[in-house]
Amino acid sequence: MLEIAIKGSKNYWLWIVFLLAVMGAGGIFYIDQFMNGLMTTGMSRDVSWGFYIANFTFLVGVAAGGVMVVIPYYLHDYEKFHRITILGEFLAVASLIMCLLFIIVDLGQPTRAFNVMLYPSPKSMLFYDMLVLNGYLFLNIVVGWKILEAERNQVEPAWWTKPLIYLSIPFAIGIHTVTAYLYCGLPGRGFWLTAILAPRFLASAFAAGPAFLIILCYIIRKFTKFDPGWEAMQTLSKIVCYALIANLFFFVCEVFVSYYSNIPSHKAHVQYLLFGYHGYHALVPWMWTSMILMTTGAIFLLIPPLRNNKTLLPFTCAMIIFGVWIDKALGMISGGFVPSPLHHVTEYAPTGPEIMISFGVYAIGFLVLTILYKLATQVKEEVRG
Amino acid sequence: MMEKSRRSFLKVAGIAAIGLGAAPAMNFAASDSHGTAHAVKSKNKKALHAQRWGMVIDTNKITDEVVESIVEACHKAHNVPDFNIEVDEKKYPNTRPVNHKQEVKWIWEEEFHNAFPDKEDEFLAEKFHDLPFLVTCNHCKNAPCVQACPTQATFKREDGIVMMDFHRCIGCRFCMAACPFGSRNFNFRDPRPFIEEVNPTFPTRSKGVVEKCNFCAERLAKGELPHCVEASEGAIVFGDLEDSESDIRVLLNENYTIRRKQSLGTEPSVYYIM
Repeated sequence: MLEIAIKGSKNYWLWIVFLLAVMGAGGIFYIDQFMNGLMTTGMSRDVSWGFYIANFTFLVGVAAGGVMVVIPYYLHDYEKFHRITILGEFLAVASLIMCLLFIIVDLGQPTRAFNVMLYPSPKSMLFYDMLVLNGYLFLNIVVGWKILEAERNQVEPAWWTKPLIYLSIPFAIGIHTVTAYLYCGLPGRGFWLTAILAPRFLASAFAAGPAFLIILCYIIRKFTKFDPGWEAMQTLSKIVCYALIANLFFFVCEVFVSYYSNIPSHKAHVQYLLFGYHGYHALVPWMWTSMILMTTGAIFLLIPPLRNNKTLLPFTCAMIIFGVWIDKALGMISGGFVPSPLHHVTEYAPTGPEIMISFGVYAIGFLVLTILYKLATQVKEEVRG
Repeated sequence: MMEKSRRSFLKVAGIAAIGLGAAPAMNFAASDSHGTAHAVKSKNKKALHAQRWGMVIDTNKITDEVVESIVEACHKAHNVPDFNIEVDEKKYPNTRPVNHKQEVKWIWEEEFHNAFPDKEDEFLAEKFHDLPFLVTCNHCKNAPCVQACPTQATFKREDGIVMMDFHRCIGCRFCMAACPFGSRNFNFRDPRPFIEEVNPTFPTRSKGVVEKCNFCAERLAKGELPHCVEASEGAIVFGDLEDSESDIRVLLNENYTIRRKQSLGTEPSVYYIM
């Protein structure tokens, strides 16, 4: 099936070359980081995780969001999602590859990464994160590939794909739950120490993942002859809407608990993010932008004429993705580390090399996504034709 | 069943025999011209032992001078880099500028409200405002860093010391997020250009690994007390928390002491006499 990926239009190849160029640029900066250490980043003794882990967290959400097309189609026989389930699965594959790469580029000693498997530590949440992320990646590759192959050959998919699909559902919930457990089980970090973190992660995931899928559907409609179906996109936008409202609601709950209880070790972080703390407010404009983007997005999706507007919908989705990204990536990491456990304030901003390496990782993810989507759309065109 | 166990016994015996056979050959390969090398593993008879090592810091006896000599003694002995020194350009050419937010420290001074942020008090006795408070790794009984480490590079010894294996650490920094006391450091860069005088009896670290206070485990093994205790002019007492006769238990019995962030339940092993 892979041979499909090497036949494409001029635009296709231009896009591939562009991605390769970004990967190359990111690679050069990564070599420097590999040789000289993470000193090239903006991370510090107080803010020991940064842009890489932030993007990792966000992308785990995008990967888990794919399950929002799998559940309606496979558990509720929602026929309209028939054409896009494969898109959800392949989006999960690309996102997970980026997640794993973001972990690797964040390691101080990447060549020792396999120590996690050589010395399995069942008390560490990272151990379980490694298991569920790789498990979910494996499930999506196998299921996506087998189903697409069966569609191409116009036969029923092998019987064993069904149980794997059902298994992928708890795995999708699992990857984001365990990722939240990385943070919310730490005693000294008031911002993360909240039982609602995993539900909140899932809510924002089920908003950002399907929102990204809608945008991808638009791109597919523009550049291929395959039509994912407007009704499927409409259903997706309703899913985004309610997940986003849940996410905003959870955030309000967080703000209420930290402010009304008035416990300094919890309140200080929220205050830093929303209003600034002891004169430091690097993230305040970002956080309010995020809140405005997410709230506006939710309103646009709630009102039917706005939701059904084919020109507005992709912009609404882009707003939501960006809003969730700020809240969940930038805010979640910096908010957790500022102020430090000793109540010092060390602010964080990513450096140029850090951003370039992140772009490189995204380029790899988009390359994988492009190739997989090229396969999927071409096969579907062939079958239809 | 019988057959099976006999077979597995033979298998094990076979493997053992191969091992025995291989040992001399390996020894031969490992030996130099002086003959067969023998690694001898023995315990120093003078080594200090405890069920759970702990530390009591008498804040009344800690002055700025004492703090300075303690920090210097510890950091020099453990090859902790000092990013304020002038780098030897001949030995380490093209050293990049330093980001002081990426510093490394094992024991250092904090103000009261930073060392004990949960005990912040607007009417706190004035003398505490100006007192230097020494902070370091608490070697918690329930250490969150040990729990977080995905490779067991951070582990708890039987005597309560939270130790690190610098060669196993992958530099994921999960332990740094887990520590409620900010006691852990990451080597964002190669620390060696910033060590003025390397102590050859203690390892230097490479870039990309985490490090922190080890309660001078290397000294306890030789029967010596930690550097900070020696340099403290009696302000720091070190001993076995589980031994009711020990010096530090007597001190804990006679004085009002506090620990950092007790409410988190990590059970720090460092106490402060107020």
